[in-house]
Amino acid sequence: MAAEGIAGVNTLELPLHALHVAAGAQMAAFAGRLMPIHYPLGILGEHRHTRASAALFDVSHMGQIRLRARSGELRDAALALERLVPVDLLSLRPGRQRYALLTTASGGVLDDLMIANLGDCFYLVVNAARIAQDLAHLERQVSDVCDIEVLTDRVLLALQGPQAVDALAELLPQASSMRFLDAGSFELDGAQGVVTRSGYTGEDGFEISLPADRAAPWVARLLANSTVQWAGLGARDSLRLEAGLCLYGHELTCDTTPVEAALEWAMQPARRSGGARPGGYPGDEVILSQLSRGAARRRVGLRPVGRPVREGACLFEAAAGGEPVGHVTSGTFAPSAQCPIAMGYVPVALATVGTLLYADVRGQRIPVHVSGMPFVPPRYHR
Amino acid sequence: MDIRYTAEHEWVAIEGNQATIGITDHAQRALGDLVFVQLPNLGSVLTRGAIAAVVESVKAASDILAPVSGSIVAVNPATVAEPALLNSDPMGAGWLFKIDMSQPEQIQQLLDADSYARINS
Repeated sequence: MAAEGIAGVNTLELPLHALHVAAGAQMAAFAGRLMPIHYPLGILGEHRHTRASAALFDVSHMGQIRLRARSGELRDAALALERLVPVDLLSLRPGRQRYALLTTASGGVLDDLMIANLGDCFYLVVNAARIAQDLAHLERQVSDVCDIEVLTDRVLLALQGPQAVDALAELLPQASSMRFLDAGSFELDGAQGVVTRSGYTGEDGFEISLPADRAAPWVARLLANSTVQWAGLGARDSLRLEAGLCLYGHELTCDTTPVEAALEWAMQPARRSGGARPGGYPGDEVILSQLSRGAARRRVGLRPVGRPVREGACLFEAAAGGEPVGHVTSGTFAPSAQCPIAMGYVPVALATVGTLLYADVRGQRIPVHVSGMPFVPPRYHR
Repeated sequence: MDIRYTAEHEWVAIEGNQATIGITDHAQRALGDLVFVQLPNLGSVLTRGAIAAVVESVKAASDILAPVSGSIVAVNPATVAEPALLNSDPMGAGWLFKIDMSQPEQIQQLLDADSYARINS
């Protein structure tokens, strides 16, 4: 079903569109989908509800992809995927999930994604706006070894917050024995679902993939729990920013490398110089060199003084004059940290926590301090 | 009291030579939860159309323009401490600042309630 989007292009409705409308959602086009931005509770309220209780996000716009090795050996699929990511997938055990990056030939980031080993296949969740690029890349690079299946007609829900586990366990008792980044296929009311204990909020929580035609009654049962409330993309953005997590198109682009983005933790020793399988992915020379020698600039957290600074603001060393030394990639008022927060790129010499910089907000220089991240302590169930 | 509006979704309450300015209910709905308010300095002199205040929601920043020329004779610091007042009571406790008008005839160019309702429909 299609609706006329804000930009006048055809925008697809989510399978659960009617539920969102009934819940009073304000909908807007995002990555070709009509998405719930917020519900009557509002972005602040939904953000705080997520940190205090349990919030349900419909993130069905995300791409879900299944990769199987035609040989039947998952190891072959792992090695094929390792041609595309600086990540150790051979050590990713069945039932586990890992953050990964698709890189470009110049060491940039084509997309960031989650990869789960479901025992007989890899299950990938990729960014909505990058599905076409990712798929073309996968087809070119791994279709010699793998069957690539885009999972359409599926709903992806994120249940996030300290009470998410109890709410989900009522429907899926196994949920409570999962740890952070565990992943598995489950029978959910007779429907084949995929559940991972992960998310994009800094809270404990789950992502649940279900067949679209089976999702509505499931969602109704989740929402019947008084701790669970809908939350939209607006709260998802402020939650991920407080958690210090990158958003593709903002902190990550084809022009930023994983080292510049401070994502060294996502690149395991096996894929680094001196490891068992160093390099062997697009842009490996640039990335391996930056891993040993460092990059010229770095993603940092920023704490603006007094007022929020937004994406695109230039950063300066002085309160007046001078050339920009960097820029803000995301910025907002942090509803839980109760202060303005931002992320941006600065030269490494200015990336030390505490460094005072200035953000230009329409001609006014706002002081910003380089800050550690995350801005709120994560509460993953490790 | 005579209440006028601007196409930028500000309300202007006129009492003698003094104009009290805030954002309309329509504006606060469109902006969503307000999280930051910056008010003009007391005594500053503004010409019509100059940036007088800044309000920011979780979604976006928005300039509040001086709807009439004059000097700032009062500001509402409660909105700085609690920007949510602009959501809960935009035309009452959420007022932003008062201008002593230097050109009161500028009022004639503001919108009345009917005209403002029409631009929102």
